[in-house]
Amino acid sequence: MDRLPRWADVALVPLVSLTLAAIISALVIIAIGQDPWEAITVMVQGSVMNAYGWGYTLYYATSFIFTGLAVTVAFHAGLFNIGGEGQAQLGGLGVALAVLFIPWPHWTIALLAAACGAALFGAAWAAIPAYLQAKRGSHIVITTIMFNYIAASLMIFMLVDVLRPPGKMDPATDNFPPTAHLPSFNEIPGLNLIFTSGVPANVTFFIALAMAVVVWLLLWRTRLGYQIRAFGKSEPAARYAGINPTRIIMIAMLISGGLAGLMAINNVMGEAERLLGNSASGAGFIGIAVALMGRNHPVGVVLAALLFGFLFQGGAELGLWTKIPIELRTVVQGLVILFTGALDMMVRMLLTRIFALFRTSKLEAA
Amino acid sequence: MDYSTLLQILDSTLRLATPLLLACLAGLYSERAGVFDIGLEGKMLTAAMCAGAVAFYTGNAWIGALAGIAGSMIFALIHGVTSITFRGNQLIAGVALNFLASGMTVLVAQSLFGQGGRTPPLEGGARFNPIDLPIADALKDVPVLGPFYHEVISGHSILVYAAFAIVALTWWVLYRTRYGLRLRAVGENPAAVDTAGVSVKGLRFSAVMVTGVLCGLAGAYMATALQAGFGKEMTAGRGYIALAALIFAKWRPVQAMYACLLFGFFQALALRPDVVESVVQFKVPVPFLDALPYILTVIVLAGFIGKAIPPRAGGEPYVKER
Repeated sequence: MDRLPRWADVALVPLVSLTLAAIISALVIIAIGQDPWEAITVMVQGSVMNAYGWGYTLYYATSFIFTGLAVTVAFHAGLFNIGGEGQAQLGGLGVALAVLFIPWPHWTIALLAAACGAALFGAAWAAIPAYLQAKRGSHIVITTIMFNYIAASLMIFMLVDVLRPPGKMDPATDNFPPTAHLPSFNEIPGLNLIFTSGVPANVTFFIALAMAVVVWLLLWRTRLGYQIRAFGKSEPAARYAGINPTRIIMIAMLISGGLAGLMAINNVMGEAERLLGNSASGAGFIGIAVALMGRNHPVGVVLAALLFGFLFQGGAELGLWTKIPIELRTVVQGLVILFTGALDMMVRMLLTRIFALFRTSKLEAA
Repeated sequence: MDYSTLLQILDSTLRLATPLLLACLAGLYSERAGVFDIGLEGKMLTAAMCAGAVAFYTGNAWIGALAGIAGSMIFALIHGVTSITFRGNQLIAGVALNFLASGMTVLVAQSLFGQGGRTPPLEGGARFNPIDLPIADALKDVPVLGPFYHEVISGHSILVYAAFAIVALTWWVLYRTRYGLRLRAVGENPAAVDTAGVSVKGLRFSAVMVTGVLCGLAGAYMATALQAGFGKEMTAGRGYIALAALIFAKWRPVQAMYACLLFGFFQALALRPDVVESVVQFKVPVPFLDALPYILTVIVLAGFIGKAIPPRAGGEPYVKER
């Protein structure tokens, strides 16, 4: 088969996939008797046309950058980590335990402690599936799915039976102490000129961007990153080159789980400021779509996370102002995963044909 | 715990095991043919919505079930085209279909009925109602076995009995027919099947479509027998429990039945924490009972209770030699 030019591979394939997903979403909206043009107007108006909307879009994007990077690191090692959701929930537990019981003097120190707790708990939740994959050959996709459900049960148990303050009815922890409050965009000098009203986007956004740089450095500028990518491309070749499979699987999954867990400093510490049930609310799964659309590259992940942030905030606006249910975003999410992930080959075959057509007509002209 | 409580729990075990069993057998066909399917959940959900909606309009549970099967088969077709024709990643396709189903079912139900993504409650002929087996009433007073027959075995909807009949049917198809032999072969060594002049794609498509039919029955059972109508996310992870049961049973039909009964029993216990407490003499947290099927599956996957080895060609798209 002919090869696609590099620019087409990097930019055109995801764009075509995205367009296909958008067309089908529009058809779905028409099918339920609504107006797709109105839908996109409401979404754009509510998410990127004013600072308030951006405050939410960037807040969602922050979570998705973390979970997208988590899936990306695992993907490069040839592992499909569907467990981001559970790892992010456990990350929330790590944040709560780090912040609730120790009176940190300043939010920076509290953030450091919470980030360590989040990453540690997220990584720990990924460690068991990783170990079972490395040592016992249990398929990581199935074990991480199972661990999502076990995490959900564990969190219900922790919130209802252990962490719930006495006398309270709702399954949630106490509010975090005020010294652990992370500055939102409307509280950061300079940014507060743009963001005048309270928004959930907070300093974690910059940590997410920094993590994207760190992941890029790790994967393409370190020996470990090289080993991870080599292992993901071909396990026998990596083994022959002296790369220890157990070590790579464990390290890649620990980093992946840690990144997914880190998401909790955005939603649990930055926004809710207490641990609630189902804290990750699907962001772990969206990481899969984000990583696939971002072509498993940190730059792509950040862009895709912004797009999904827009989709999430815009979808919420749809639920408020139109008759289109908020679940439309789940449909779009599914379509994006289907086209960018599973039907990648179809889009590629299509484009290769078109390019070949151009090439032959050029030859004939010459 | 007295005998009547035990009977009650066994009765709900059968009811709760049925959707698991149907979905589990559905997965068995697909995975035995070498196509991993983590989209069972989405297919069930789609079927439940279609069955609930059509049963409401027609007032006939059978037509509802057919609609459920049709809806589930459309999803199975997408899965087949993606993973067999275009050789896409089967796992990612499954994940995508689950999200698609989760969103689409609510969108459609909301636009049809405007009740927050539910279908209206079904009654009468729009549901599969319990049927009494012959002479259940006459045997009621026979000690021990009489109440067991009357309470546990009799008085379920037709789909419950159908599910158990399909276990036997699946066993027969898989181990006693030419189609079954080829199905097992195509999941282990598709190249050999191809060499024998049998279409790998055709076989795999047929298996994926059977998966669609059985998931359709599972979903229809959820909406028109177990409960009265479709509700948002009503399958609640049953597709994944079925997948767990399939692995637990090492991809074999009769063992799948036992696994589903066991997991159904756990679900029945989770509904009665008071009974659990009185038996084990200390308070067992309900979330632990909910998580038990998943924990057991991980233990099985880890190979501590016999090793679960999937069909060898599972997850690999087949590329014909040129």
